[in-house]
Amino acid sequence: MKFLLVEDNPDLAKAVCDRMHLDGHTIDHAENISDAIGFSETGDYDLILLDIMLPDGDGRSFLKRHRDQKRDTPVIVLTARSQVSDRISMLDLGADDYVTKPFDHEELQARCRAVLRRKAGTAQSVLQIKDVSFNPVAGVVTVCGKTINLRNRELRLLELLFNAPGQIFPKQKLVDRLFSYEEDVSENAVEVYIARLRKHLEGSALKITTHRGLGYRLDHD
Amino acid sequence: MTESPKVSGSLRNRLAVTLIGGASLLAVLLFLVVRTYAAQIAQQGQDSILGASVTSILDAAVLRDDQVEIDFPYAAFSMLTTPAHDRVFYAIYRDAELLSGYADLPLPKGSDSGERRYQSAEFIGKPIRISTASRTLLGADVKTRITVSVAQTQDALSDRLNAISRNIASFGIGFFVLVVLLSFWATSSTIAPLNRLATSVTRRGPQDLSPVIKPVPTEMLPLVASLNRLMARLNQSLTQSEDFIAEAAHRVRTPLATVRSHAETTLQRVDKEQNRQALRAMIRAIDESSRAAGQLLDHAMITFRADQLEYQQLDLVELVQKLVLRLSPVAEMKDIDLRFLGDQPVLCQGDPILLQNAIRNLIDNALKYSPSESAIDIWVTSQPQPQVEIRDQGPGFPIDEISDLAQRFSRGNNAAGTIGSGLGLTIAQDVAIAHGGKLALSNHTGGGACVIFSL
Amino acid sequence: MRYILALIFALLPLMALAQQQETWEDRAMFHGSGSGSGPTLTILSSTDRSFFAPIITSFLAQRPDLSIEYLVSGTAEIDRIFRQDPSGFDLVISSAMDLQFKLTNDGHALAIEGVTTPDWAQWRQSLFGFTTEPAAIVVRRADFAGHSLPQTRQDLIKALRARPEVFRNRLGTYDIRQSGLGYLFATQDARASETYWRLMEVMGSLGTRLYCCSGDMITDLQKGELAVAYNVLGSYAAARTKDSEELAIILPADFPITMMRSGFVSAQTKQPKHARDFIRHLLKVQSAPVDPGIFPLPPLIPALDPRPQSAIGLGPALMTYLDPLKRRTFLQEWTSAVIQ
Repeated sequence: MKFLLVEDNPDLAKAVCDRMHLDGHTIDHAENISDAIGFSETGDYDLILLDIMLPDGDGRSFLKRHRDQKRDTPVIVLTARSQVSDRISMLDLGADDYVTKPFDHEELQARCRAVLRRKAGTAQSVLQIKDVSFNPVAGVVTVCGKTINLRNRELRLLELLFNAPGQIFPKQKLVDRLFSYEEDVSENAVEVYIARLRKHLEGSALKITTHRGLGYRLDHD
Repeated sequence: MTESPKVSGSLRNRLAVTLIGGASLLAVLLFLVVRTYAAQIAQQGQDSILGASVTSILDAAVLRDDQVEIDFPYAAFSMLTTPAHDRVFYAIYRDAELLSGYADLPLPKGSDSGERRYQSAEFIGKPIRISTASRTLLGADVKTRITVSVAQTQDALSDRLNAISRNIASFGIGFFVLVVLLSFWATSSTIAPLNRLATSVTRRGPQDLSPVIKPVPTEMLPLVASLNRLMARLNQSLTQSEDFIAEAAHRVRTPLATVRSHAETTLQRVDKEQNRQALRAMIRAIDESSRAAGQLLDHAMITFRADQLEYQQLDLVELVQKLVLRLSPVAEMKDIDLRFLGDQPVLCQGDPILLQNAIRNLIDNALKYSPSESAIDIWVTSQPQPQVEIRDQGPGFPIDEISDLAQRFSRGNNAAGTIGSGLGLTIAQDVAIAHGGKLALSNHTGGGACVIFSL
Repeated sequence: MRYILALIFALLPLMALAQQQETWEDRAMFHGSGSGSGPTLTILSSTDRSFFAPIITSFLAQRPDLSIEYLVSGTAEIDRIFRQDPSGFDLVISSAMDLQFKLTNDGHALAIEGVTTPDWAQWRQSLFGFTTEPAAIVVRRADFAGHSLPQTRQDLIKALRARPEVFRNRLGTYDIRQSGLGYLFATQDARASETYWRLMEVMGSLGTRLYCCSGDMITDLQKGELAVAYNVLGSYAAARTKDSEELAIILPADFPITMMRSGFVSAQTKQPKHARDFIRHLLKVQSAPVDPGIFPLPPLIPALDPRPQSAIGLGPALMTYLDPLKRRTFLQEWTSAVIQ
């Protein structure tokens, strides 16, 4: 996916960009509103992440201009404010959702997917490996031409593996990606989801292999 | 809450007292002046008749063979007839000798200039008015002076004066009553702009700090100008403090967000379990502190707003539905099913921002305590009163602490490991109470917590 | 009548002379049925007892504890007697309005509140008129046989001039020097018209007999000694000629002079309450419906409001002819006209 991040704090921007790259997304960074306008009018973004307090004005003015120009790129606002009224006015101005700083990347991505899912008609990339196709945004998985229903965590696990086939994922990393930090879960919890995925992928060319002491890997014939 | 200002008299009363006092003074003055004037005129009327009577007697005096004859006309006395039957006295003197009439009728003192003179005196115990004039008669070898006095009691005069006094008095009283009415009218119409100003300022919402722009009388300009300046200053300082809080939050949260993002990213890259533990602890600490800050600010705002609720008509179903939609991504991440029940609009009066905040906190709590792949049921009903019921499949509330749970900062025993300041229930209860409702906590038989937020 | 009235005539001229040193024309004592222990009202009056007795009797019927002494004298005498001793009399009744007025004006009368009587018939709520009595020309019909009766003063002058031989020394009028009422009639007459003086001159030239009182004139008319009496009290004449066609009472059609008999309560009375009650009673019995058995005099006719023009008004003007200078002048003129 291609993101535009409008954020004046370079440290935060760098951290977000790093994280997005790590997940295999493309992300451009604008430090102020005028840059953001430039980027948004030339680039073709799937989603805009917008900070509210910017050096050359309020993010809301960008939002208003964006909607006045009838652009339908979804916008998720990153706000440091906690006042409910502020959030409401943001939604009234046409933001699709918001997250409060500091935010959980998993939550941010979940919200991104939810927003994109709501925006039907937006071009959605479909990943295909052998006889399994996967639309991470819509959450649709087809195995041997048959659509199967996965739960959210199963989807996210599949997405992780799908993005880097052949790479070994340690159990602990998977735990960190699938569960929130406030949940106290053991590494064994991952085994449950791996087992489920394997069951769903039965009969296809894909299989998840266990590498004792190292983790799991997606392989195909 | 605020100390009521000290009262020093009333403008209305002061104005009314001044006007009425002035009016009564004027009425009394009017009465005295008119009465004096009327007395003068009435006295002049009596004097002129007495004078005419004297003249008619004096004119009839002739000297015949040194004998004075006065064949005065019948009219000399008949003209003195009055409605009050005033008594009439007279005396005719030839030099110092009484020719006829009342001997003891007082004569005017002083030099006799021949001019008609008037005086007030007492005769037989009655106040009388006397007119006196003289005339010199010339005979063959005699020169004699005739002096005539005619007097009259003053019953008709005082009757007339009393009648006039009564008329003036009733006029004065009427005048007074009219002025009193007018002064009440004038007072209230003078005070009215003040009342209107007070009402319009009182009626404003707590957020409305716009200047008063309705036209006001000149005298109130300084007051209204000061009020407007004060409100502008207040508005400015409020905006400043709001901006300050926002700025502060921004300043704090942005670095936190940076740190959290970095930590998360690093967590992806670091393999050593010891380091990973540290990073996870860091992230949890950041989450806890930011949530605590957020809820503290929310609670402060709710406490402020609860004093001045901004009621409006709203649909509770729509409000909760939006919240559910907004929270479903978070729920999905734990594979929790948010099940919303309620299709008929539930209309009620309330402050939407507060309600949203309260219910979001309740659903947040449910999400926090619910295990993965469970469900949360949310009902909105209008019977017996508008209410939202939230049921989860978590561990439920600890039975022995259920009544203390909504106390500020208290958290359930079994909440260990779950991030949250404990303010969520407090916020929801404060909002419910501010709306005249309540928050009921219970555990349902199938296990799990049940919260009923009713208005 | 529920009360038995005791009417006792007390004619005690010797005692009266001794006590009052006055010669009364008439004097009577009336006692209520309560027989005389109560207070006595003294009434000084110019009205003949026969006219007043029923009024007094009806009053005493209501106040049986009272006694009334009724003293009759001439009008001028009444004025003189009363002024000498204002405390000696409780009530003064007289037909000489001018004298009565002057007594009131001089403060000798007591005010009586709440009396309903026409305004023109009272003065200061003190002096109250209670009759209207015209001055009449009374003639013997026998002396006008074949001639029309004179209806005006002018007619009378003509009649006198036409037959001087019939009327010589057979004309009568008041001696206004002695009679207060006569003086009042004369002055009012003279004030009204010059005809009065021509009449007086004609009467004077024919020889006129002068009288103190109306009664004497009527007596002489009845005896035939007089053919014409001028300014006689019509009420007396009417009373005396009730059944007789002998005399004709003529009210001059040109301008009849009407006087009011009036009364007041002495300011120095010792019985103010009873005296006031008597005046109230007097005014009550003369008001409609009038019982001639109780009030034999012509009543005020209160319906005539305002005052009939011919009636002499109660007012300060009545004092005009009482002025000594004025009186002297008037009497001089009168004497020169009538006595010649």
